[in-house]
Amino acid sequence: MISLADLSDQATRSRLIAAVAERVIAHTDELTALDSAIGDGDHGHNMKRGFDAVLASLDSLSEMAPAELLKSLGMKLVSTVGGASGPLYGTLFMALGKAWPQNLAQASLAAAFEQAIAAVKARGKSEIGQKTLLDVLAPTLKAFQEGADAEGIAETARSAAEATAPLRATRGRASFLGERSIGHVDPGARSAALIITALCEEGSRN
Amino acid sequence: MSNVGIVIVSHSHKVAEGAADMVRQMVGEEVPLAWTGGNSEGGLGTDFAAIGEAINRAWSEAGVAILVDLGGAETNSEMAVEALPDSRRGRVVICNAPIVEGAVVAATEAAGGAPLNVVRRTAEELSP
Repeated sequence: MISLADLSDQATRSRLIAAVAERVIAHTDELTALDSAIGDGDHGHNMKRGFDAVLASLDSLSEMAPAELLKSLGMKLVSTVGGASGPLYGTLFMALGKAWPQNLAQASLAAAFEQAIAAVKARGKSEIGQKTLLDVLAPTLKAFQEGADAEGIAETARSAAEATAPLRATRGRASFLGERSIGHVDPGARSAALIITALCEEGSRN
Repeated sequence: MSNVGIVIVSHSHKVAEGAADMVRQMVGEEVPLAWTGGNSEGGLGTDFAAIGEAINRAWSEAGVAILVDLGGAETNSEMAVEALPDSRRGRVVICNAPIVEGAVVAATEAAGGAPLNVVRRTAEELSP
């Protein structure tokens, strides 16, 4: 089980980044299939390209302290993902790095997550309920704030992604489909859930 | 006084190049113009670094107006603008306008020596 204090350890940071990257890459086809239904079908491939680049820089990234690491990881995604998700995930990680607390604790970390989510909202000019990754990030933060354990947080993220299926998209490429976007899980919500569950599961392992 | 520069950012290399061709043919050479389209692998998408380079190629002391197509082109352009040095950042705008018509209209306005805010407003008048 990884604690917040363990983030000062390079090997721990490396494990967490690798777990996230490998999870996203392993789901390339699933994300592409979801995006083909309601978007332009490039989400899986774009995310894979981004996280392949992250894995290629795993050693130099994990050497960095968390704040710097998150900013660099975000910039890496912005530079490599190429789709609309690049700036959104890039903003998420860069803003989280910028807001990363000096005194790492549950409450200060929750505040940093809140700022990072606000930055994603501003970047996407989007609100909760529009069938985007925000519909996973916001309930996950709420679970974290309410003191859920890693398993509870992962479950929240997973079910929040599923819960985007009945929503009608009003932001992003899927919004072009209007009513036809209903009935499909949002690919961005799904990739956000993959990232969060990978972090929670790796964090729970010994 | 230099004319406002125009940058065209599309998901497609061909759309960006084609829009730039139209600007050159209809407006001429008096306007600094740069375009970028496609992701870093040459597929459909947008490339943050390439957008920054395009802004530098079209740079003008009068500023730069960017025309974009779909969502990722806009958000990646916003990030590219934010990554510019302080001295330039405030002189780059992203126009909420259709990419082809917007580029031609913005370049026409820029060729006449209009300031950045007027170039932008004229392009944005095309949006409903």
